[in-house]
Amino acid sequence: MQFMLLFSRQGKLRLQKWYVPLSDKEKKKITRELVQTVLARKPKMCSFLEWRDLKIVYKRYASLYFCCAIEDQDNELITLEIIHRYVELLDKYFGSVCELDIIFNFEKAYFILDEFLLGGEAQETSKKNVLKAIEQADLLQEVRRLCFLKAFRGQKHFAEQYS
Amino acid sequence: MTPSVRLQEMIRVIRSARTQGEERGIIQKECADIRAQFRQGDNGERSHSLAKLLYVHMLGYPAHFGQMECVRLIASPRYSEKRIGYLGAMMLLDEKQDASLLITNSIKNDLSHSSQYVQSLALCTLACMGSAEMCRDLAPEIERLLRASNCYIKKKATLCAVHIIRKVPELAELFTPSARSLLSEKNHGVLHGAVVLITELCEHNPDTLDQFRKLYRLLLLFFSYHFISYSPEHNVAGISDPFLQVRILRLLRILGHNNDTASDAMNDLLAQVATNTDSSKTAGSAVLYETVLTIMDINSESGLRVLAVNILGRFLLNNDRNIRYISMTSLQKIVQTDHNAVQRHRGTIVDCLKDQDTSVKRRALELSLALVSAVNIRSMMKELLIFLSTCPPELRSQTTSGIFNVAERYQQSFVLHIYLFAGGDVRDETVPNLIQLITTASELHCYTVHKLYRALVKEISQQPLVQVACWCIGEYGDLLLKGECEEIEPVTEDDVLDALETVLQSHMSSPATRGFALTATMKLSTRITDNVDRIRSIVSIYGSCIDLELQQRAVEYNALFKKYDHMRYRRVFSYVQLQMKAPSGNVIPAHGLGQVTQTVVLNNPNKASLPCLFLCSCLSH
Repeated sequence: MQFMLLFSRQGKLRLQKWYVPLSDKEKKKITRELVQTVLARKPKMCSFLEWRDLKIVYKRYASLYFCCAIEDQDNELITLEIIHRYVELLDKYFGSVCELDIIFNFEKAYFILDEFLLGGEAQETSKKNVLKAIEQADLLQEVRRLCFLKAFRGQKHFAEQYS
Repeated sequence: MTPSVRLQEMIRVIRSARTQGEERGIIQKECADIRAQFRQGDNGERSHSLAKLLYVHMLGYPAHFGQMECVRLIASPRYSEKRIGYLGAMMLLDEKQDASLLITNSIKNDLSHSSQYVQSLALCTLACMGSAEMCRDLAPEIERLLRASNCYIKKKATLCAVHIIRKVPELAELFTPSARSLLSEKNHGVLHGAVVLITELCEHNPDTLDQFRKLYRLLLLFFSYHFISYSPEHNVAGISDPFLQVRILRLLRILGHNNDTASDAMNDLLAQVATNTDSSKTAGSAVLYETVLTIMDINSESGLRVLAVNILGRFLLNNDRNIRYISMTSLQKIVQTDHNAVQRHRGTIVDCLKDQDTSVKRRALELSLALVSAVNIRSMMKELLIFLSTCPPELRSQTTSGIFNVAERYQQSFVLHIYLFAGGDVRDETVPNLIQLITTASELHCYTVHKLYRALVKEISQQPLVQVACWCIGEYGDLLLKGECEEIEPVTEDDVLDALETVLQSHMSSPATRGFALTATMKLSTRITDNVDRIRSIVSIYGSCIDLELQQRAVEYNALFKKYDHMRYRRVFSYVQLQMKAPSGNVIPAHGLGQVTQTVVLNNPNKASLPCLFLCSCLSH
C-alpha cells in the first residue's frame, strides 16, 4: 500500500497515512485531487478506479470515505478486506465508532492503524491480537502517567516537609 | 482536567469556528501557545502540545516548527511522550528533512528497549519513513530482532526488513538466511510477514528466487493445512485467514512462473482451492481471484486454465459490481493467450456494456473489441454501434477508433458507416488507412463517393470525415457526376464545386482539410468539362493565401494549368496519387504510372501527425 486517506463527505481529511516519501506539497496535491475524484463518484459505482499509475480502492462507511492506493500487483479485493478489518478494529475499540470519535481521538486511530499495518502491509491478521496489543500499550501509557504523577506529588510533599 | 481533554477542547473550539478566517485566528493563537510550551521545556505537557500541533497539521496548516520537538520527545524516557513523538515523526518528518537523521540514534536505542511496546514504536517508525541512510545504519539491529525475539517483535521486524530491502536493495543478502527459518513459525502474523519478505527477496533478485524455489513444497504443505484448518480468530466469513492465503498464493505464483516442476506440483492444490473456496463474500472472492491470477501466470495444465477462465466467467455474473470489474480486468490480460476460452463468455461481456458504471463500461469495451473475430463481426458490430450511440462522451473517441480498427481488419464496408456515423470522433491517423481501404475496394467507389458527398453537403465540421470526402470526390468525381449507382439523385458539376468551395472557405476547416479540398478541386479539372475556368479561378485565389502549404499547392497547380496544360488530359494524369505517411511512419506506396517529373513535399506545420508527400506524375507513356 502506498497511502491511506480517510475523509468526510465534505472533503475534510480525518486521517492520512503515507508509506512513500513525498513532500508536503505533493501530498496536499494528491490528497486534493484524489478526494475530488472519489467524491465525484456515484453511490452504485464500483470501489476500484485507476488514478495516475495507481489502483485506488475506496469504500464509504457512514459519513467517512476510506481510500487506499495500492500497486499494480496488489489484490484489490483483499484491500477491501483490509479496509473492512480496520473499520472493525475502530468499532471494537471505540464501541460503535462514528466520525466524531475519529476526529476527537485521531491519535488513537493512528495507534490502532499502526498495530494493524506496518510499512504498508498487514502485520497481524488476528483481530483479537491487534486489540490486545493496543489495550496493553494504552495500559502502559496510563500506568507510566500515574507513576509520574505519583512521583511528582511525592516530591512536592517531600519538599513541603523540609521547606 | 486530564490532559487529553485539553486536546479535545481545542478541537471543539476549532470546529466551532464559523468561517475560515475565524478558524485561522484560533489556529494562530493555538500555535503561539504551542510554541511557548515547546520553549518551556519539560513540564509534562509537551506530548499534549505536540498532539495539538498534529491536529492542526492535519487541517492543512504549517507545522514544521514541531519537528525538533518530535526529536526531543522520542528521546524522552516516558512512554506517552515517545508514543506521540514517534507519531509526530511519521507525520511531520520524511526522509527529505534533515531532522529525520537525528532520530536514528533514538530508534537504535529503542530497538533494544526492555519494553516490547517501545521496540514496536521504533520498528513502526523505521518501516514507515526510514530513509536509505537510516536503513543502512539500523539493518543489523533489525536482522538481530528477526532471529531472536518474541513473535510480537518478530512480525514487525520482518516487515521492517521488507521496507529496508525496498529502500536499499543491496541489503537483501543480509536477510536471506533468516527469512527461510521464519517459515517454521506457527504465529500467523510472523508467517504473513515471512511470506511478504520472501516475496520481496524473490522479486528483487532472480538468484534468490532460484534459492527459494524449492520452498514451494513447504508452502504447499502448510497452505493446504491452513486451507482446511479452522482457526476462529483468523476466520473471515468462513475463510481461514484470507490475508495469509492470498499472500502465499502470490508467492507460489512467483515460484511457479516459468518453472515446470514447481508448476506441476501446484496444479492439484490450486484446483482444490479453486473448487472449494466459498466466494459468496469478498474474502472468498479475494482468495479465488488470487488463485486465478496464479493459475494463469504459471505453467499450469490446460484443464486448470479452463477452470480459471470459468471462474472469471462466473464472476462476470456476480451481482457485486466490484467482482465484475475485477473479472474483466483479468480477462483482458488473458484474452490473447486463451482467446477461445474467453470467447465463451462473450455474451456476458457484451451485456456489461450496458452497466451504469463508466469504469465497468470501459473494461467491457476493451474486452469486446478484443473478442471480435471474423465469425462474430456482424453481431459484435451491431452491439458496438448501439453502444457508440449511447456511450458517455469520455469513451466516444476510444470506441470509435476501436470499432474502426476492428472493421478494418474484418469487414471493410463497415468502415465507411463508422465514418458517416461518428466522423468527428475518429482519430486523424485513421484517415490514410480509410483512404487506402477505399482505393482497394473498387466495386464500392461509386457508392462510397455518393455517400460521402451527401455527408459533406450536410455537415462540414467533422474534419476526418470531410478530408476523406474531399479526397474521394477528387478521385472518383467522374463516378459522382455520372451517377451510375441506383437510388441516388444526379449531382451536377456546380454542386460539387460548390461543396468543395464551401469547405475551402469555412472557418471550421483545418489547414489540412483545406489542402484536401484544394487538391480535390484540382483533380476534378480533368474529370469535368464545363467548369474548368471556375476551377482555375479557385486555384489561383489560393496562390496568395496566407497558409504556406495552401499557397504552395495553389502555385504548383497554377503552373500545371499554364505550362503543362497539354498534359493535364493525358490518361496517365488521372492517377494523381497521394503518398501519405501515417504517424507510425508506414508509407502507403503510390500506384504511379510513369516517371515522376515534379515532386512536391508538403509538410503540415499544424498537424505534425500528417505530413504528406504529394506526387504529380505527368509524363507521357
